[in-house]
Amino acid sequence: MALTVRTFPDTGAAAAALAAAGSRYLGGGTLVVRQANEGDLSFSTFVRSTDPALKAIAVEDGRVRLGAGVTMAAIAAHPALAFLAPAAKAVGGPAIRNMATVGGNLFAPSPYGDLATALLALDATVTVGGAAVPIDLFLAGRERHAAEIVEAVAFAVPAAGAFRFRKASRVKPKGAAVVTVAALVATEGGTVTAARIALGAMADRPVRAEAAEAALIGRPLTAEGIAEALAAAGDGLDPPTDAIASGWYRRAVLPVHLGRLLAG
Amino acid sequence: MAKVPVQFTLNGSEKAEFVESGATLLDVLRDKIGDTSPKAGCRQGTCGSCSVIVDGELRLSCLTLAETCEGASIVTTAGLAEGGVLHPLQRAFMDAFATQCGFCTPGMIMAAKALLDRNPDPSRDEVVEAIAGNICRCTGYEPIIEAVLSAARSNSISAA
Amino acid sequence: MELRKTYFADERKDDLHEIGQPRPRSDALGHVTGKTAFFADRSFPGMLHLKMVRSPHHHARIRSIDTSAAQKHPGVVRILTAKDVPHNLYTILILIQVGPEDEHVLAEDKVRWKGEAVVAVLAETERAAQEAAAKVEVDYEVLDPVLSIDAALAPGAPIVNEHHGRNYYLYDSGEARKVRFGDVEAGFAAADHILEQSYASAPIEHAPTETTGCIVVPEGSGRFTCYTNTQAMFFTLDNTSIILQMPGQQLHMVGGTVGGGFGGKVDVIVEPIAILGAKLTGRPVSFVYSREEEMQISSPRAAEKLVIKDGVMKDGRIVARHVKAYIDAGAYSRHSPYGAQKSAAHFPGPYTIPNVWVDSHCVYTNRTPSSAMRGFGVTIGDFALEVQMDKLARLIGMDPLEFRFVNAYRDGDMKAHRQPTEGAALVECMQEAARAANWPIDERFMAMSSRTREGL
Ligand SMILES: Cc1cc2nc3c(=O)[nH]c(=O)nc-3n(C[C@H](O)[C@H](O)[C@H](O)COP(=O)(O)OP(=O)(O)OC[C@H]3O[C@@H](n4cnc5c(N)ncnc54)[C@H](O)[C@@H]3O)c2cc1C
Repeated sequence: MALTVRTFPDTGAAAAALAAAGSRYLGGGTLVVRQANEGDLSFSTFVRSTDPALKAIAVEDGRVRLGAGVTMAAIAAHPALAFLAPAAKAVGGPAIRNMATVGGNLFAPSPYGDLATALLALDATVTVGGAAVPIDLFLAGRERHAAEIVEAVAFAVPAAGAFRFRKASRVKPKGAAVVTVAALVATEGGTVTAARIALGAMADRPVRAEAAEAALIGRPLTAEGIAEALAAAGDGLDPPTDAIASGWYRRAVLPVHLGRLLAG
Repeated sequence: MAKVPVQFTLNGSEKAEFVESGATLLDVLRDKIGDTSPKAGCRQGTCGSCSVIVDGELRLSCLTLAETCEGASIVTTAGLAEGGVLHPLQRAFMDAFATQCGFCTPGMIMAAKALLDRNPDPSRDEVVEAIAGNICRCTGYEPIIEAVLSAARSNSISAA
Repeated sequence: MELRKTYFADERKDDLHEIGQPRPRSDALGHVTGKTAFFADRSFPGMLHLKMVRSPHHHARIRSIDTSAAQKHPGVVRILTAKDVPHNLYTILILIQVGPEDEHVLAEDKVRWKGEAVVAVLAETERAAQEAAAKVEVDYEVLDPVLSIDAALAPGAPIVNEHHGRNYYLYDSGEARKVRFGDVEAGFAAADHILEQSYASAPIEHAPTETTGCIVVPEGSGRFTCYTNTQAMFFTLDNTSIILQMPGQQLHMVGGTVGGGFGGKVDVIVEPIAILGAKLTGRPVSFVYSREEEMQISSPRAAEKLVIKDGVMKDGRIVARHVKAYIDAGAYSRHSPYGAQKSAAHFPGPYTIPNVWVDSHCVYTNRTPSSAMRGFGVTIGDFALEVQMDKLARLIGMDPLEFRFVNAYRDGDMKAHRQPTEGAALVECMQEAARAANWPIDERFMAMSSRTREGL
């Protein structure tokens, strides 16, 4: 079947159209148009919404709301989102960043999903199909949301210096991730009181490093203080082997990059 | 096959075409309009040869559907020379031997133009970042970087 | 850039006007304005798109091919299988009498590498061609694959290609291209040290930005104009003429503008089948590799395995070199018998060694056929030889650059393959490199010349 594009001015109508078999939502298109170009015949209809709310960025009362259609370039350029700029700038080259959206990044298969990894550390809430879903749950079951439209993500502005992001890739200055690490760490009097650590490219989608998080509590962010967390970082993970790196290599270098993130 | 109307300006002149729904901007520019300056190197967004500027932003025309460009203003390398006078980037690419096979050149020039339009006096690192999505396999990156920097210099001279 | 005119000054009139001067490239204006016409920068009314159905297996017997569902797919104009190709069995180098023909344009009885072309689909749009290609049914009996040089040469290995019944190319000299010079065993017996090392390389893809392809237009005169990015215009013309059993004057090849080749566009792969498609449909045909095809299907540089054994004296002279080379051709010959031959002649490197023994084998495996790439047959050998040279220098405790001065060939030296050396300039290049790199070497090496063996 030849391809068709169906464009709707509001997201609700687009969501209804997306229910038809063989349909795919079109965000920035960097993944889904690529699939069509490469001969993926599993869909023949692109559905898109031109609702301006999807492109909105709001930073109010200590909370950030990003419309699903917000691009990486828009995040990187926003003065109130400087803490998130490193994650947005980590995605592709300049042209990709002008196209790639927040919504698409939530669905991007490993080794992609750098922004989603950051959002996972930031404990974001995903508005999808009209409901607000914690990002952990959303990512774990994202296949179930494939026929719904993500409208926005929201999260609290982190305390100064609390959010950290780091991506290791083999091609400089851009390239897909060997591993991406993001962390939201709260400290009091030099010891960690709360931690969320998210890992990209260590599974088929971004995942939390819960054992490492637990091992940080009550410890200082020093080489000795984080040692146990680093040792536990890859617990339960079977990282993918792809053209960028082998699963073995990813496991081996994860503690190095997490160490630099936490104590570097 | 469903055809849909699309209108946009290309290098300042208005275009109205009936295109196949779902056609990429790259295919419409090349096959319908006959502007073959954007090249199809991968159709995956990885090589940058198809780069064009849409409403002032660098984009990959291979991953952009033509229908999403309704009303847009599109610039390609074919439209850079004005009245037979080359754009400073085009001159600089020639003078600095920044082209070999020439396949990546139009995309490189677009990426460089998108940079200079925003940042007329970039650092070397900023140039490297600006062309990070464009692959040159004859590996002329050094002359390309030099050409962009030298175009920026000549621009600032002519502006002074 | 600086031109050092002091070297060989007496051999040259110092009236160079072009060398050392920057001159604009004649094609640069077209490149920077986007006006240079690459083959794909053309489209023709009614142009069909060709998509290839490819083998998903490394090695399999074809039991049957069913194209009936694909044939009925909307937009499909014609489907081509082996029986449509007039002379389906070919090999590129048959033009210079290097046979046997060993490769099918479209697979007949067997597929011998993952990606081998089996059925060609011609349709009104690329999408229709892709959809129809997905409906072609090929029934395969999967066979054991041979995926490395060692596996190919192991006793009882499956036969990759029946035209090469022992999994290696049979030269007139036997199982290998051979170089025999001096008495290598005597050399080893006299040597102070012997060093034997193995080197191996993986296939390397050229990854040109422009993928391989062509557009063919049937002309009113009965000729076919083929716009192509081949790097080998006349190879393509003559092989197409053989494959299609069509006189050369009916084939008009237009090319010369290549968006990166590096040797990866010298095989004759897309043109014959696209011209056949244009002939059988009477319509223009475009056959352009996708990026994935370029990476997986176009031939890479061959994988190689090299075993180098050298005998060296304490004073730095290499007195014997013994090389066993294995070049992985993949499933078909293409240019590899020639590449292996070239490697045999090259193995002593730019060094004068009195006793040399080389066996260079062209080996068949169920891998993507390899072919030309920038100095194929010698580049990997050079990597191995120069690593070996460093190891030898270390072994005898000599500076690695000085060690090369001792062994560098000089004008008049006889090379192992019986070509006298002339026009040598290695000594001078190394002197200049030593200066440029601030690499301290003894004065006596700086006084040497490529023209004499003085100072050795
Ligand atoms: C050359 C190249 C380099 C890249 N480099 C990186 C990188 O470094 N890091 C990285 O993280 N990613 C990278 N990517 C992947 C991709 O560009 C990003 O992940 C991007 O954020 C995807 O967003 P998109 O809007 O383009 O998605 P699309 O292609 O539009 O969509 C992707 C998927 O998500 C679905 N989808 C999109 N938006 C929504 C929505 N609002 N609701 C429901 N479903 C939706 C689509 O249906 C589709 O299935 C790269 C891609 C390319 C081509």
